[in-house]
Amino acid sequence: MSGISTPGASRDGYGAALMRLSDDARVVVLEADLGKSTKSCHFRDKFPERTISIGIAEQNMMLVAAGMATSGYIPFASTFAIFTERAYEQVRNGIARPNIPVHICGSHGGIHTGSDGSSAQSIEDLSIYRTLPNMTVIHPCDDYSAEELTVQLLDHAYPSYTRTVRNNVPRTYTEDSVKNLRIGKGSVLREGGDVAIIACGVLVQEALTAQEELSQRGVEATVVDMHTLKPFDDSLLTQLAAKCGAVVTAEDHSIIGGLGSAVAEVLSSQHPAPLERVGVADRFGESGGADELLQMLGMKSSDIVAAALRCIDRK
Amino acid sequence: MGLELDELLAMAKRCRRNIVEMTSTANAGHPGGSLSAIDILCALYGSRLRVDVSDPQWADRDRFIMSKGHASPGMYSILHERGFLTADELMTFRELGSPCQGHVDMKWCPGVDFSAGSLGMGLSFGLGVAIAARMQGSERTAWVMLGDGELQEGQIWEGVMAANHHEVGNLKVFVDRNGIQNDDFVTSQMRIFDVAEKFKAFGWEVKEIDGHDMEQICQAISWADSITDGPCCIVAHTVKGKGVSFMENNPSFHGKAANPEELIIAREELS
Repeated sequence: MSGISTPGASRDGYGAALMRLSDDARVVVLEADLGKSTKSCHFRDKFPERTISIGIAEQNMMLVAAGMATSGYIPFASTFAIFTERAYEQVRNGIARPNIPVHICGSHGGIHTGSDGSSAQSIEDLSIYRTLPNMTVIHPCDDYSAEELTVQLLDHAYPSYTRTVRNNVPRTYTEDSVKNLRIGKGSVLREGGDVAIIACGVLVQEALTAQEELSQRGVEATVVDMHTLKPFDDSLLTQLAAKCGAVVTAEDHSIIGGLGSAVAEVLSSQHPAPLERVGVADRFGESGGADELLQMLGMKSSDIVAAALRCIDRK
Repeated sequence: MGLELDELLAMAKRCRRNIVEMTSTANAGHPGGSLSAIDILCALYGSRLRVDVSDPQWADRDRFIMSKGHASPGMYSILHERGFLTADELMTFRELGSPCQGHVDMKWCPGVDFSAGSLGMGLSFGLGVAIAARMQGSERTAWVMLGDGELQEGQIWEGVMAANHHEVGNLKVFVDRNGIQNDDFVTSQMRIFDVAEKFKAFGWEVKEIDGHDMEQICQAISWADSITDGPCCIVAHTVKGKGVSFMENNPSFHGKAANPEELIIAREELS
């Protein structure tokens, strides 16, 4: 079993959250042969009697979890983000439709997964789960926030999908500041009046770097960690659209269907404002280093800066 | 509830009439697979399952999981017999707002423990229920009904493998082996060969019966209850549309109701 890797990877936060939740006897963990990767392995080592090994059979895992949830348990089921998609219809019909609180964690989300290549890089998971009624969809940016938000799922009345990522990124939160996070409420990290940058996951750190670069040019940006894609914090977004008049989204996900789309939906119906979307532009990834891929696909802080300037020009 | 054989047979006849009536009233639904399964449902609900109509969510009730959720008319007719649905509610089948949704749905109908409609999922759900019961030290049992066409779904075999791996002695499966699926006979769509041997190969205890012989069904239920160290499967050889001559072994009545003229004949045959 691998140990807890260097702090900063959101999957480590998921693993730590399961350990914190273990005091509650209702909590059970389901694995599909990737517990070492998703970090549910720490729970399994300590509580094997509450860990259900399903093998490489994601469809079965989703419905076993649903059956347990209707019998008094709170199941946390994890595999790679991409392999949860194999069981999408099981999640749709077997979990979301009857509104059974099963908590799914898809790790290794996004092109940030890197050298495993495009087959492992889910860039559409947030999109597909966001379309399901009853589902809560979460994508934390670091280990502390992944831990905090996962712990908050304990008595959540709805099923959820949480995307974590493989690689370490600098922490956005401290042990204290993370306690202010709430599912469904965007987290304002910087405040500025010229443009609002709405980010999630590993792109939050890129957004914070972009904010500094913009500030050096005399452009002040608000930066939001929009860790919950559903239910979406409409109120925060419309306030920022009114205040800044220009919005940029940044996500390690297809620009179709994910955070960019969620923001576009709210803006277009509630507070129209110029919008630029930074993300994977309707293509698949490939093998490479995480940072190399972010650069190649136009998802670095410099790309967010350029998008912000374009957006401000469109005011 | 522990009904005698003649009472179970009478119940099955009433259920058959209701299956035909409700599908004809709706002019939709799946009479064929309901009629093939109904004798088994009567034996289970009439003599074995511990459920409480005054407390449908009783935590320690046995769970019946109708994985072939299109056999909803069969399910609703037996739930009516046990008092979960009124006769009037039965005849709202498939109407807007009805507890009798097109496919059985736990959010709409009291006494339904699994929302079905997409084939291949019920066995996995039953496995989760069984594992949970064992962890809680509960005596409740998970009974799952699968269709034979449904065995073509890959997820079924994920569940069959996992049930043996987890050695769940409180998971019991009926396969309604009626030989017909939506488009045609199972043998023409995708042969599933010897179902009993397949389950045995995955380490299950298996018994084959005539799924319309009430005595055999009741004996098979007792046999299943005697197996406590792993999952067991009863392959019930049945006739699709059983009890209505023009529906029997006729693929057309998988998902089609009797028309008004046919309904008259069916009523006579089931009187």
